[in-house]
Amino acid sequence: MQMAALPLSEQMILTLAALILFTSFLLLAQTRIVTLIHTFAWQGALLFFATVLVAIVSGRHHLLISAGLTLALKVFFIPWQLRRLVVRLDIRRDVETVGSSSLIMIGAGALVLFSYYVALPIRELSMLSTRNTIAISLAVILIGMLMIITRRKAVAQVIGFMSMENGLMFAAVSATYGMPMVVELGVAFDVLVAAILFGVFFFQIRNGIGSLNVDHLNRLNEVD
Amino acid sequence: MSALYLTLVLPLFGTLLLSLIGHWRSAGAINLAICTATFVTSLLLAIDVFNQGPLLSPDKMFYVDAFNVYLILLNAFVGMTTAVFSGPYMAHELEIGRVDDQRMRLYYSMYQGFLLTMLVALSTNNLGLLWVAVEGATLATVLLVSLYRTPESIEAGWKYFMICGVGIAQALFGTVLIYFAAERVLPGSEESLLWSVLHQHATELEPAVLTLAFVFLLVGYGTKIGLVPLHNWLPDAHSEGPTPMSAILSGLLLNVALYAVVRFKMLIDPALGSNLAGNMMMGFGLLSFVVASLLLHRQRDVKRMFSYSSIEHMGLMTFAFGIGGPLATFGALLHMIVHSLTKSAIFITVGHAAHVAGTQSIDKIRGLIRTQPAVGWCFLLGTVAIAGFPPFGVFTSEFLLFTATIKSWPWLVIPLLCSLGIAFAGLFRHVQPMVFGEPPAGQVAVKANMWPVILHLLLVLWLGIAIPGVLASWIDQATTMVVGKGLL
Amino acid sequence: MNGWALAVIQAGLLAFGAPFLAGWVKWVKCKLQCRQGPSPWQPYRNLSKLFRKDIVISEQASPVFRMAPYLVFSVTALAGSVMPFVAIGLPTSAIADVIVLVGFFALARFFLALAGMDVGTAFGGMGSSREMTISSLAEPAILMAVFTLAMTVSSTNLASMISHLLVEPFQLYPSFIFAGMGLLLVTVAETGRIPVDNPATHLELTMIHEAMILEYSGRHLALMEWAAMLKLMIYGVLIANLFIPWGIALELTPLALAIGLVAITGKLAVLGVVLAVAETSLAKMRFFRVPQFLGLAFILCLLGMLSHVILEVR
Repeated sequence: MQMAALPLSEQMILTLAALILFTSFLLLAQTRIVTLIHTFAWQGALLFFATVLVAIVSGRHHLLISAGLTLALKVFFIPWQLRRLVVRLDIRRDVETVGSSSLIMIGAGALVLFSYYVALPIRELSMLSTRNTIAISLAVILIGMLMIITRRKAVAQVIGFMSMENGLMFAAVSATYGMPMVVELGVAFDVLVAAILFGVFFFQIRNGIGSLNVDHLNRLNEVD
Repeated sequence: MSALYLTLVLPLFGTLLLSLIGHWRSAGAINLAICTATFVTSLLLAIDVFNQGPLLSPDKMFYVDAFNVYLILLNAFVGMTTAVFSGPYMAHELEIGRVDDQRMRLYYSMYQGFLLTMLVALSTNNLGLLWVAVEGATLATVLLVSLYRTPESIEAGWKYFMICGVGIAQALFGTVLIYFAAERVLPGSEESLLWSVLHQHATELEPAVLTLAFVFLLVGYGTKIGLVPLHNWLPDAHSEGPTPMSAILSGLLLNVALYAVVRFKMLIDPALGSNLAGNMMMGFGLLSFVVASLLLHRQRDVKRMFSYSSIEHMGLMTFAFGIGGPLATFGALLHMIVHSLTKSAIFITVGHAAHVAGTQSIDKIRGLIRTQPAVGWCFLLGTVAIAGFPPFGVFTSEFLLFTATIKSWPWLVIPLLCSLGIAFAGLFRHVQPMVFGEPPAGQVAVKANMWPVILHLLLVLWLGIAIPGVLASWIDQATTMVVGKGLL
Repeated sequence: MNGWALAVIQAGLLAFGAPFLAGWVKWVKCKLQCRQGPSPWQPYRNLSKLFRKDIVISEQASPVFRMAPYLVFSVTALAGSVMPFVAIGLPTSAIADVIVLVGFFALARFFLALAGMDVGTAFGGMGSSREMTISSLAEPAILMAVFTLAMTVSSTNLASMISHLLVEPFQLYPSFIFAGMGLLLVTVAETGRIPVDNPATHLELTMIHEAMILEYSGRHLALMEWAAMLKLMIYGVLIANLFIPWGIALELTPLALAIGLVAITGKLAVLGVVLAVAETSLAKMRFFRVPQFLGLAFILCLLGMLSHVILEVR
């Protein structure tokens, strides 16, 4: 038990990691669209706090810029834009029924274990105190993927996609104290463009098939 | 050096310009002019690199060596010839009302944007930027796939966006892991994601991390290559988007994704000291080759059929890069060229054929050779070339690949040859009635410029009969870069 | 000898303090809802009144029905008597094992459910079946939470858990946050509070615990109700002392004991307020939503365990 050897700030990073994972589970279980968007914003906020803490602990101040990008994009812009779209598409009250939700939860738990197992060789190498968070961020990525697979509503899939991005950012922040600045900027730009394109797509899907349920996107098959 | 910057600035300029004036009648010509200029500068760049060796920009952002410069040249070339086709094609689409002015602007601007991201992805020295550019290519093309706004095209666009987005996210995780491994060797350095730096320190990187990273990178970029089982987006995106888009997706994007995988393999092989990465690539490649050749039979849409053929050939190249060794790598590099040229030629022809018949359905396209002999013959010859008949270049490269396979993995030749036969049967079963059948009444020829197709096919023929010494030594340089020793 | 005396006093305090906690929660709840409300001492009056009353027993009742109240109460009281309440290091601490505690509760619940079904009324059987459904979902969650804590401190003994936490320098355990939240949810379900069950209702569609003891009267009812209050108290003490262990008496000096008593009273009072606020702001959920609620508790406990394994062990 060397946990005590860590300074409090790093313990807080670990706690934030656990909370980010928790929000991932909440996203997976949440069926109301507006609450889903809010939970996503909270995940972004936790990521922002974690980034700021890492920036302070490691003394790499360029991480503060990355934290600012997270705050602007993940906490404000994307949730705001999604909310606006949800209001404009008038699907605020939509409740999505997720089939066999307990099974999905167990699956998510299994994914966490899997990521732990996958990341095991890495944690034995790293000198950084935050190395354990690699498994957590991989789990967040995989749970985002699970969410995309299990959800039928386009908005929920987008949130799953964006929460995968959160997992990636968290991996970069905690495992390596952030990526080089130019990469961070590029990734943020891609996320921004993706968020805008998703909005465009919502309207296209809505106009094309009359609903945002991607189950209706079933015309193209591997073989006919 | 200025040639490199010009090569990148021109498409950027084109993106911005055409987003404003893309609906002009002359937009197609402007697009072609910019593409031609890009091709000329990339040719200058290639000559530079050929004469002076690898080129590292002063700020270390870009790195061009024999391996990527030939892909840059290929990209610019296919971009240019497809632009020749795309002008009249899109004008026709505008005429029959499938697109409007706004979408024309989007189309032309994103055509250039796509070329830009491809060129950045190829020339960048930063592995993170490589990811950003490949993801950018998805973003640039995703709205083009759904350009026609039919339910099918929207479905294809959404699938493309989701599957590639999710896949490419895995690649970013792999990149983070590479950075993580690099940080241990070069702590605190801003340069530890630069390929030129990493390659020097490749043997010091931690094998356990790199193995894990490569799994994620292969899954991530493999989604973009269209490797089975991550290929679902590819036939949809190819069949529903505008045909010039299918041509450059098949001819360029898949190559660039494969290029990314091979770059990472070059990093990982020295660190691991084993062919683990290669074995994974061989597995995925072989699976894609076999599955795609089977699925080819069951298609009703001609563009879908040829996109399965793309999956098949990408699988073969992945397999060949996986085998490693100079012979297989030389063959794979050659195959990249001939496949790009042939496949984009086929898609251009298919675009004309679909205009002639008014549909993309295999059952309804009939008698091309009687209605419009030029289209019919090009269609037939293109199919012959892609199926790997001598004397076309595809035969040469496949021959090299199979020779390499017999040398190192003799048993694997059996599934390869079987699949090749199955794919051949599938292609001809569908193509023969389309070319030779009885044309439906009232089918008339359309205005078609077949010169790009003929040029491509002639090049492929030339590469099949005699590879020019310059090109051979050039590909050999690239082979040396990838596997450490050359073939010649 | 001194230790044993203290242990007896502590057990007495816990047992006789329990009705006050129940009364306190009710009082705070009434105040929050702008009602006059009975004084916190009201449960004592109710209990003493019930003890003085005669019992009425159905002709069909078997001996199990008569035995059940005594069994349920004594088992619960036994569980309470070993809880580290004011001080740790008492002789009874040696048997204060979490798994034993869970086992005691399971035993009590078993007899409670048997008694509910014994007379053969519809309500009793319904209550028993619901109670067992809930507990079968809650128990894995409890055990998961407990194991998370046990893995951190390498013991399942409550007293050594608490002392371990107090002796080590302060650390922020992510797993404790999750285990604590999960345990809180389970407590709500296990002690029959809103939103899982409503202790104040006798509406046939919603009651669970009340349905099982509907047939009891007189001192039997008093024992059953007291046992329920004790259970709430025990869970409160468990959460208070495990997750906020500061203040509990490590030595058996008068000063330390006094501080310990004040501390636990304060912690329980705060917990009572939290419970009252939660009960006021939440609506009782449909019975079929309860599995989801407990599923959340289970996920929290599971996450606690996972984050312990992933983040804290090195």
